[in-house]
Amino acid sequence: MAELRDLYQQVILDHNKNPRHHHRLGDANHTAEGNNPLCGDRITVFLKVEDGVIRDIGFEGSGCAISTASASLMTSAVIGRTTAEAARLFDAFHAMVVDPDAPADPNTLGKLAAFAGVRGFPARVKCANLPWHTLHAALAADSGRVTTE
Amino acid sequence: MTDAQRAAMRPSSRTPFDVERVRADFPLLRQRVADGRPLVYLDNAATTQKPQKVIDAMSRFYAEDNANIHRGVYDLCERATRLYEGARFTAQRFLNAAEAREIVFVRGTTEGVNLVAQSFCRPRLSPGDEVVVSAMEHHSNIVPWQLVCEERGARLRVVPMNARGELVLDGLEDLLGPRTRMLAVTHVSNALGTVNPVREIVARAHARGVPVLVDGAQATPHFRVDVRDLGCDFYTVSGHKVFGPTGVGLLYGRLEHLEAMPPYQGGGDMIRSVSFEKTTFAAPPARFEAGTPNIGGAIGLAAALDYVVALDWDAVGVHEGDLLAHASETLSAIPGLRIIGTAAQKVGVVSFVLDGAHAHDIGTIVDEDGVALRTGHHCAQPAMEFFGVPATARASFAFYNTHAEIEVLVAAVARVREVLG
Repeated sequence: MAELRDLYQQVILDHNKNPRHHHRLGDANHTAEGNNPLCGDRITVFLKVEDGVIRDIGFEGSGCAISTASASLMTSAVIGRTTAEAARLFDAFHAMVVDPDAPADPNTLGKLAAFAGVRGFPARVKCANLPWHTLHAALAADSGRVTTE
Repeated sequence: MTDAQRAAMRPSSRTPFDVERVRADFPLLRQRVADGRPLVYLDNAATTQKPQKVIDAMSRFYAEDNANIHRGVYDLCERATRLYEGARFTAQRFLNAAEAREIVFVRGTTEGVNLVAQSFCRPRLSPGDEVVVSAMEHHSNIVPWQLVCEERGARLRVVPMNARGELVLDGLEDLLGPRTRMLAVTHVSNALGTVNPVREIVARAHARGVPVLVDGAQATPHFRVDVRDLGCDFYTVSGHKVFGPTGVGLLYGRLEHLEAMPPYQGGGDMIRSVSFEKTTFAAPPARFEAGTPNIGGAIGLAAALDYVVALDWDAVGVHEGDLLAHASETLSAIPGLRIIGTAAQKVGVVSFVLDGAHAHDIGTIVDEDGVALRTGHHCAQPAMEFFGVPATARASFAFYNTHAEIEVLVAAVARVREVLG
């Protein structure tokens, strides 16, 4: 059985208690809502994208420790990056949490590698993924709505 | 269980419930989780574990008696048919239905509700008519009614509940108007544990000429049900929630209703004669059992009902009441923990939220101590919305649970915020 401390790593607990970029953006030009009906997790991601670069990002919503920390770490990881870089991070993150053989490469993923422990808790993968799917939807359209179910 | 039922039980319960003897009947409960701790199974409102007798009855059927039922003239077929139809008599006695013909084998409570919504209610609905449900219904006792209401231009109305999770019945007569065609209500709430005064509700609905379906999925595991005493028109049961197999359940319907209802699905076994011009349908219950039914499941369910009926229900009532009181008291002593659903009449279901910890984190963390809890909205989103919570953690007990297990649960929940830092 997977160990709890692999899931609730210190960086995840910290971002759950003190989520970064946890606010609405007044001047967002991309937003999306995500929700996980089975858990009751809800998130809205706000983006300000200029010349293909994520200039600012924020999120609102309520969820479990994993989804809140994932949203917080995601916003910290993609701010200032190009949308293409954000898409590559999405792919790397997604591969890490679903594929037991995918490397959790700290060089690519940075602090996001803390979510490698989610692999041992299949029921929680969707919690970690929700903010990323919502970001993906926000980038794909001016506004949208996604669900992980 | 009502106070009256409990009071009636207590004085006569001279022998305390021997929970260890009962646990020995359930092989799954012997298992240990990864690090050697015993499994603490507290998700009985989702599904119950099966006694060895149920597993044996199903194995024996497949090993010795399996054939398709009805119509065959050989001995094996007659044996299988006898077992299947015998299961119907067992179900009749279990619910105290007047006749075995009033018992339809279905997949479970969900199918029972859908069958009644489609075959009984739908033909009676005209635009502007109304169907009444309650605020604490499981989605399976909301959505089937919504589907027929949408199709027929009818309206769904809702009996409200109070902050304790009890139905507010003062205004019931106002909801039961001349356009009301059906009232559907749960006997016991899966998310809150509330036991509704179904007998009274049925009497008041009948006084207004409104037929009543009772969702009995969460009632039959906790107390004995007598459909004639309740007076309801329909009563639905899920086999797997009453210590039987999945994929089989019961629909009780008063014969006069079943006889007047059109078929739910078409197929084999539900007809009297078929030609391309005209098909005539079999009488109930066959009319509602198109195709080869879940024969093995019905036989397993009968074994479960026999097992349940043989329990000392006076002692079970006392034991489950004690478990609920123990869990409610010790859990609510945890700082920041709030119990959702505090009705005066409850079965052993404790839904709760904890400040600073989402239900899913609670579920994952207590799992490390071998505690199996359900977390989420329990397929009762309107009820969750009413209490203003996205999700709860829910411990639900069966007669085989112990006070020691509740101690493990409480210690595990008390540790949650420590883990979350």
